[in-house]
This record gives sequence, structure tokens and C-alpha cells, in this order.
Amino acid sequence: MLRPFPTPAAVSPEEDVIRPAGPCERIARLPADRWTLRETAFWLMPVLGYFAFPGYLMLGSQILIAGLFALSLDLIMGYAGIVSLGHAAFFGTGAYAAGLLASHGWHEPLSGLLAGAAAAALVALPVSLLVVRGQDLGRLIVTLGIGMLFFEAANKAAAITGGVDGLSGMEIAPLFGLFDFDLFGRTAYLYSLGVLFLLFLLCRRLVHSPFGLSLRGIKENSKRMASLGAPVERRLVSVFVIAAALAGAAGALLAQTTRFVGLDSLSFQRSAELLIMLVLGGTGRLYGALIGAALFLLAQDILAGLDPVYWQFWLGLMLVAVVLYARGGVLGGAALLAGRIRGKRR
Amino acid sequence: MSELLRLDNVTAGYGDGIVLDDVSFSLKEGDSLALLGRNGVGKTTLLVTLMGFTRLHKGRLAWRGRDLGGMPTFRRAHAGLGWVPQERLMFPSLSVEEHLTSVARPGRWTLKTVYRVFPRLRERRANLGNQLSGGEQQMLAIGRALMVNPSLLLLDEPMEGLAPIIVQELVSVIRDLTTGTGMAVIVVEQHARLALALTRQAIILDRGRIVHRSDSASLAHDDRLLQRLVAVA
Repeated sequence: MLRPFPTPAAVSPEEDVIRPAGPCERIARLPADRWTLRETAFWLMPVLGYFAFPGYLMLGSQILIAGLFALSLDLIMGYAGIVSLGHAAFFGTGAYAAGLLASHGWHEPLSGLLAGAAAAALVALPVSLLVVRGQDLGRLIVTLGIGMLFFEAANKAAAITGGVDGLSGMEIAPLFGLFDFDLFGRTAYLYSLGVLFLLFLLCRRLVHSPFGLSLRGIKENSKRMASLGAPVERRLVSVFVIAAALAGAAGALLAQTTRFVGLDSLSFQRSAELLIMLVLGGTGRLYGALIGAALFLLAQDILAGLDPVYWQFWLGLMLVAVVLYARGGVLGGAALLAGRIRGKRR
Repeated sequence: MSELLRLDNVTAGYGDGIVLDDVSFSLKEGDSLALLGRNGVGKTTLLVTLMGFTRLHKGRLAWRGRDLGGMPTFRRAHAGLGWVPQERLMFPSLSVEEHLTSVARPGRWTLKTVYRVFPRLRERRANLGNQLSGGEQQMLAIGRALMVNPSLLLLDEPMEGLAPIIVQELVSVIRDLTTGTGMAVIVVEQHARLALALTRQAIILDRGRIVHRSDSASLAHDDRLLQRLVAVA
């Protein structure tokens, strides 16, 4: 039922106060905003994993880093609708920035990580101006081209990057001056987990903020969102740069924890695998990125063990099955299934 | 009251095509205008032109004396134009409340005041944009435009396809909006009498041109003119 509109006189004075309800103000919190028990359980898994699989911590770090990288793609693809085939450009930039610092005498890891993220954000700014203008196909090709440019630039600049031999000879100081990066990858794992968790919280806050909501609106109808006051291009540039910084942080983590940066960190293969991870886990859900990265790398590890020659065949099969039968990735499929079960009960 | 919006000899359309031909009128702050005419005469195009989605071939659009013509769409929204499109266009992945908070700008319209006008939206606050009835979508479309705190609300056929009971509810809300808030309104409506009852002055368009202008009350009594130019049932 509709009640009559409150004329100014009918509104009680306390409610009629014109407050500067800035775009950041959220008056009520929706369930989507609340930290759920399920999320706590999810984040306990990598902690338990640390104790349960001490022999797999290097693989674990790889998963955490890939998860952060996929999270970054989810921001621009799952939320803002920018499909990218060149996201490795920012991953690699972060990796080389952190790697170069570490091999030139700057050994402190946290500042190196920050530098990696900053370098990626810096190069992403001009790139983003090219990307946001286009439509889907245009963006795909522009990002693909940018990725190739970065790869070849690093290849040519062998004097700095080490070219095909890669960049090595890095030295990383103990984390917080206390925890050495040990041979078993214990520090690397916990460091990656900590960084991933903090940046995840940042992403989570971001996607539930009015800014993040407006990105979803832009993805679904950019004209409509513009007519409601959202500066579409500026918002897309912002999220692209933020995502690039996250990708750069992921690259820096990889450089620091493996003490090596290869050209493959900038390769098309890495961009493409990233896309696969995200689609596998489910886009636009944040957790899909993390689950997809874990599934992809675990499947790769297991399949490569079972079938060292043709493992990519099985990976491809899995991917096709997910896209055909579980739209929205693993998480989308799970949500669909849960909905059906609930529907049957009724 | 000072002048809010002014169109001088506006000729506009899509690409090279011309839909609006030499349209001029002005609107004062807090005023209300009914935009009438048959299907396809350019009513929606006029609203869309105000939002900056057409090509302005000739003429001038002024908003509080400032030129509106070259302004990007989002700045027009910031300046105070609130558009409620005919297709409503909800965002399927945003909840009702997220529709409102994602566009909020400072002013008298907040989540609280919008919910007070449309209590049904509060009940549906967690529903997604595509989980709403037609009437609820229209309420949300209006509520969402109000959250931007416009000085001029553009309503494009707000009653189209709605059940009579919902139409009644919306009419009372829109009447309150046009009278109690100091906000100006332009209503495009097929139901001419409805639009005339809600507004102070009226314009009839035919083939992109203004063919009649008068105050709404006297036009409402001119059956022959309405029959001829608007084809009212």
C-alpha cells in the first residue's frame, strides 16, 4: 500500500534535517554486506591447509597468488564488464618492479610489494583510457595488443629484465625483519595468505560500496547509469587502475616468494589461464575467483601427475563441462543447485 | 520563480534524422508541464534530448541560464535532471535498496524519505531488479531518480501497462511531488486527462513541432482539440 506523500509540514523536524548524504553513505546494510559464517569457514581452509599439507606450501602460495590475480580480473570483468585478454601485463609489471627492486639492493618485502602494485597502477592509467572507450570486442583486442606489447618490450629490454633467461639473483629480507623466507615456503605461504586476505577485504568493501554497485549498473546499462549521475568513463578508469594495482601486487608476491621473474609472467598464456580460472569459479562473486584459481591449479597439478602428456586435454574437457552445465562457474552452478533443492522442498 | 529550463528553437534527432523540429518553451522552478501528443510525435525524444542522448542539430538548451547542449549526461544528472524512462530499465543484479544507494546524492531525498513515499519498496528492499512487478518497477524507477535529488523530474509514460489500482496510487504520489516539493516535473503521458490533472501547463506535439500550448486546466475542457491532436479515448 502506498501512503500519501509526506508534505514538508507532515515530516517531523528531526527527519526533515537535510543531511549531506554523500554518495558514500549507506543508511542500511544489506545481507550481502554482512560477514557470514560461511565466509569464516572458507578462510579457515587455507589456515588449516598450512598445518595439514606442510609439503605443499609452494603450490599453496601459487594458488593464493593466482587467487589474488583472479580477484583483480573479477573486479573489472565480473563487476564492471570489461573483458581483458591482457591482464598479465599488470601482473608482469608488478613482478618485474618488485623483482628489480629486490635484485638492486632494496630487500624489504612489504615496500617492494607496494612498489609492484604502484608500478602496475601507473602503467594501467594510460592503458585504461584506451580500454574503456571501446565495446566488448574492441576491448578484447586492445587488451590483447597491450599484453603483446608489454611482453615484447620486456623481451627486448633484456639488459634490464634478463629477457628469456628471466630475472633472478633477488634477495628478500625477512618479513617484518623477523620471518625469513625459508626453503619450505612457510613464510611465503603465510605472507601470500595475509596479503590476499587484506586485499580481499578491500575488494569486498569496494564491490558493496555505492561505487561498486554503480559498476554493476554500468555493466548492465551504462547509459542508464550515466543518466543517474554516474561518470561512466571515470568510474571504469578507476576500477581498471585499482584492479591493475591488485594484479601488480600478485605479480610482486610471485617475484618475492619464488625469487624469480620469467617472461611468462607477461605472457598471453597467463592472461588466458586467468580468464579460465575466473570463468571456472564464477564471475562477479569474488569468491569465484579464489575457488577458480584453486581448482585450476589443483587440477593442473593432479592431471599433470596422472597424465603428463595430455593433461591439458582433461583440463579443456572440464572447462567445457563447466561452461555448458554450470553457468556462472562452480559457484553459479552451486547456487543453481541449491535453489533447485530448496524449490523441491517447497 | 526563476527560470529553470529553456529550449530555444531546438532541432534534434538520432544521427542525421530529425525528430524534434524547432521546439521552444521554458519552465520555471517548481513548475509542471504535460507533454502530450500521439505516438511517435517526439515526446520521448524531447526527454531524451534533455538527457543528452540525441544529436542536437540546431537551437539551444539552457539550464538555469547555463548551456546544457554540450554537457555530458552524468553532469546533467548532477545539475538536477532526473529521468524516469518509459522502459524503467531496472538493473537485474542490484537489489531494490542497492538501486537507491548506488545513485544517492545529497539532498532531501534519502533512503528514508523514498521508503516513506513508497513503503512497498521497503518491503521489497532485498529483491533484485528483475524480481519486481511492473508497478513496483515503476515505483523503483521514480524512487531511484529521486535519490539523485533532481530539480526537474522527467516522467515518461509512468502509468503505461499498470493496473488501475497502481495507477491511482502513483497518481497521488506524483501529484504530491508536483505540488509539495518545489521540484519541477515534465510528464509525458498517453492518458491526456491524467497528465493534465497532474500539471499546471501543457504542450501538444505533432510531428516534432509544438502545435498547441496552454494551461492544463483549460485544455482539459477542450474536448475537440484533445480529440484532434491527442486522440483521447
